[in-house]
Amino acid sequence: MERKEWPLWEIFVRSKNGLDHKHCGSVHATDARMALQVARDVYTRRQEGVSIWAVRAEDIVASDPDAKPELFDPAEDKIYRHPTFYKLPDEVDHM
Amino acid sequence: MYTQALDIPPGEQPKRTPDAVENAAYQAEFDARIDAGATIEAKDWMPEAYRKTLVRQISQHAHSEIVGMLPEGNWISRAPSLKRKAILLAKVQDEGGHGLYLYAAAETLGVSRDDLTEALLSGKAKYSSIFNYPTLNWADVGVIGWLVDGAAIMNQIPLCKCSYGPYARAMVRVCKEESFHQRQGYDALLAMMGGTDEQRELVQDAVNRWWWPSLMMFGPHDADSPNSGQSMRWGIKRISNDDLRQKFVDATVKQAEVLGVTLPDPELKWNEARGHYDFAAIDWDEFWNVVNGHGQCNVDRLAARVKAWEDGAWVREAAVAHADKQAAREKAAA
Ligand SMILES: [Fe+2]
Ligand SMILES: [Fe+2]
Repeated sequence: MERKEWPLWEIFVRSKNGLDHKHCGSVHATDARMALQVARDVYTRRQEGVSIWAVRAEDIVASDPDAKPELFDPAEDKIYRHPTFYKLPDEVDHM
Repeated sequence: MYTQALDIPPGEQPKRTPDAVENAAYQAEFDARIDAGATIEAKDWMPEAYRKTLVRQISQHAHSEIVGMLPEGNWISRAPSLKRKAILLAKVQDEGGHGLYLYAAAETLGVSRDDLTEALLSGKAKYSSIFNYPTLNWADVGVIGWLVDGAAIMNQIPLCKCSYGPYARAMVRVCKEESFHQRQGYDALLAMMGGTDEQRELVQDAVNRWWWPSLMMFGPHDADSPNSGQSMRWGIKRISNDDLRQKFVDATVKQAEVLGVTLPDPELKWNEARGHYDFAAIDWDEFWNVVNGHGQCNVDRLAARVKAWEDGAWVREAAVAHADKQAAREKAAA
């Protein structure tokens, strides 16, 4: 079998205006235009979207899953960043 | 994201990748996460056997969706009306989409699309036994929607909660679309049952031929599926083959009654004590025969996929040539 795999693109779809684009899967395509066309056929057959982003998978930079503790654990003990940390008198507690 | 080792900045290679060597501490952490019902994502460490099981299952599932387009695709040009033709086109297109969602999910585990395609075309990979039966007349298309997609739904709903994130998310998408498949099939059969005696006979004949193969879709008995236990332990499989099959039988009896057809099993009857329908023994020789390549259509199905791949070669080449030319022009203009 001849092997000439087309590049991989990650697809993000905005389901309606007012909402974020959300990752929904990936497609193979030779260029950006084809990626958008293929993504439309694969991921929006029932009006699931009003806008599509296609990003070359190799252009995405992601955090290392091994770095989870040093990246995200430091926020754990900073409970004063949340409104519930502050106990106010009942009369003004809706603040 | 969806590919492996592509999205870590160069020079910052991860200390452990999903394919890093087995390690007792990682294994313990993994087991604890599975027990807690956590989701495993593509870049997380996972035991090699877990990865292999997923690659096998997800790719077989994807191949089944792709090959599954063939029996019904056969009837697109012969659908009895424009309405039925539009519906069937949409249904077959969905199955192609399902194959693509699933290939994308399998690729997150570090296999390439070309590897998966090659495994299918070389006959190395398996796909669901059900697609090796022929579609003889229009009633078969309706019965496939009702029984085959119905059985697929039973199988697929628990997979929406499987432990591997990309697979579970692909299955959520698939399941949202399957209900239309089953309903359009049943609707087509209702139309035929409201027709002539001859049309009703066609429906009954198709039900007779598809009933047992549909029950085989759930796979061997629990006692004969040695890997099921491990898949359950890993949260890949949530309900056993026999339990799913029973659920399917219980749900289908009433539907057959409303439709006005007889399910071809004289032993089928309600068992008050069990709270389920009893049904006759399945012909497992037939099942294994089909799985091992000797069904009525195995050769045709594979030949059709190989032909599609070979006939599409010039399109794939032209698309690459076009993209290269455009890129070169852009570079020259810059
Ligand atoms: Fe499907
Ligand atoms: Fe389907």
